[in-house]
Amino acid sequence: MTLAVAIALTIITAATPLLIAAIGELVVERAGVLNLGVEGMMIMGAATGVGVAIVTESSLLGVLAAIAAGMALSALFALMVLGLAANQYASGLALTIFGLGLSGVVGAPFVGIQREGIRRIELPLLSEIPVIGPILFRQDPFVYASIALVAGVAWFLWRTRAGLILRACGENPVSAHALGYRVLRIRLYAVLFGGACAGLAGAYLSLVLTPFWTAGMTAGRGWIALAIVVFASWLPLRAMLGAYLFGGLIILQLHAQTAGVNIPSQFLAALPYLITIVALTLIMAARRSAGRGSVAPASLGQPFAPAR
Amino acid sequence: MRLTMERRAEGGKWALLLSPLLAVVLTLVSSVVIFWLLGQDPLRALSVYFWQPVSDAYGLQEVAVKATPLVLIAVGLALCFRSNNWNIGAEGQFLIGAICGGGVAVWAHGWGGAWVLPLMLVAGALGGMAYALIPAILKARLRVNEILVSLMLVYVADLFMDYLVRGPWRDPMGFNMPQTVSFGPEATLPLLFTGGRMNIGSVIALAVVVAFALVMARTLKGFEIRLVGQAPRAARFAGFSDTRLTITVFAISGALAGLAGVIEASGTVRQLLPGFSPGYGFTAIIVAFLGRLNPVGCLIAGVFIAITFIGGENAQIILRLPRDMTLVFQGMLLFYILACDTLILYRLRVVRPVDPGATPAPGVRS
Repeated sequence: MTLAVAIALTIITAATPLLIAAIGELVVERAGVLNLGVEGMMIMGAATGVGVAIVTESSLLGVLAAIAAGMALSALFALMVLGLAANQYASGLALTIFGLGLSGVVGAPFVGIQREGIRRIELPLLSEIPVIGPILFRQDPFVYASIALVAGVAWFLWRTRAGLILRACGENPVSAHALGYRVLRIRLYAVLFGGACAGLAGAYLSLVLTPFWTAGMTAGRGWIALAIVVFASWLPLRAMLGAYLFGGLIILQLHAQTAGVNIPSQFLAALPYLITIVALTLIMAARRSAGRGSVAPASLGQPFAPAR
Repeated sequence: MRLTMERRAEGGKWALLLSPLLAVVLTLVSSVVIFWLLGQDPLRALSVYFWQPVSDAYGLQEVAVKATPLVLIAVGLALCFRSNNWNIGAEGQFLIGAICGGGVAVWAHGWGGAWVLPLMLVAGALGGMAYALIPAILKARLRVNEILVSLMLVYVADLFMDYLVRGPWRDPMGFNMPQTVSFGPEATLPLLFTGGRMNIGSVIALAVVVAFALVMARTLKGFEIRLVGQAPRAARFAGFSDTRLTITVFAISGALAGLAGVIEASGTVRQLLPGFSPGYGFTAIIVAFLGRLNPVGCLIAGVFIAITFIGGENAQIILRLPRDMTLVFQGMLLFYILACDTLILYRLRVVRPVDPGATPAPGVRS
């Protein structure tokens, strides 16, 4: 039983950064913008987060700096795709390349400096309940934040007027504009929110999961977060399900490696990527056989310039 | 007060040539600022990045060696991007090409004849093509997102290479180092000059550029690729099938990336080992855009980026700048290209709102 609890805990830890990044990107895509730069914003969050935390000796400042870094990069992206109506695919790729490079430069002085990770919050008494106690009431603050984010985004998108307007900008920006909504401004807020989430997810990697900096430590997690959004059909609760599924698979692979399963470790390490492909294929095949068309926001990835 | 954009009436060909040049100049200016902020002498740093690599014959050969894979991959990617197929997994196709071609070399090591080299090139190209067909077929059949699939396959190819050179293909005499045997003379591309590393691969790349320039400008297929990118609806009315085109451009770009991989393995590195590629497949994306998605443009852009590639390596040693600085410049360059494209095609204008509130902005009239 304790092993099962331990595994559940590690799955949550592996899933949380994916979930935080995915939920941010989900809002961005709901507003009609495709930001392929999640990986770049995430790794900048990781580098800035751990750097600031080491310099100021404060994890909280590290987290805030990571969020700011993610937002700064997303503001650059917004300038490109909203301000200049540049190609969203290419701009996102540029953001990823730029972020990977800049994180290496920013993180260089902090290579190999180990620090104590952010601790878990233990709710007294409640965390003593067997099984569910440790899972529900003995987590680090990020896990609670990620759950709150999912709930908040789900409520915002489907229960508020602002959320409806945001989705309208993703479905039909021309109509939203004709109704007098500031499409570009709304998209800007969405992109900044996505950047903040990606930065926060990066901070989780470098401040909790592995509390030190290594170059390229995101290892494709930003891209898996993008895949989760597709897998989740742009629905927040399904994104949570998707993130936990992926987290579970990553942990399964780690356990198989340590248990000495007779498969080369590289094959196990490749599993999350292969499973991403399989999952995307299955979900598209299922949608096709269900006879449903695309569930993506109708204007996803298309630039909108009111004056053109 | 807000900004609107209007399409410029004039422009045309010159404007399209101007934008990459302007982007390069802006990147140079920004890098001077960055060097200055990092406490480096900007002029010295610029000379390390952009002048030293081309200042002697050996350096020029190195530029050709680095430009060869970049140009080959970028020419293929340009076809994809032109037709709205986002193959960003060229890095994986490059590695699989190296693995397939290198596999022939490892297998034939010590007993192969003159047939080894041609077989390697064919195996590399076919391997890259097959690997690129995975995202292509999934996209054509089920509309699975090709960006994510092709990118995930990069990680898979990287791990597969790692497995091979640490496992079945490890050089038995290699003191347990994770690498294959050094390829024999029957499996290495001949050098063009003594005293350098430039090899036949660069000639192949040039031939590919010429061939594709002709295909794009003179054939129906070239027209189809250009049309689908520029006017998808018109292309559909003309009877061009976009799923078939997806398969075609992915196959071509995968084959070219695979060919680049086997040329790198056989001509330059001459064995397989972890960290085989310094990210050519990703850098080629920038080369393709800098080259205006045009084969000849990709050649020029590939040579320029190759110079900065070597400059980055030199800067790491001479100026002790982190190697990732090169990535920062590359990302910046791509941003500038995209921004210049907009600024040259459109005119930004400040508009004062007539009636702030619910009325549509004046630009709507168009």
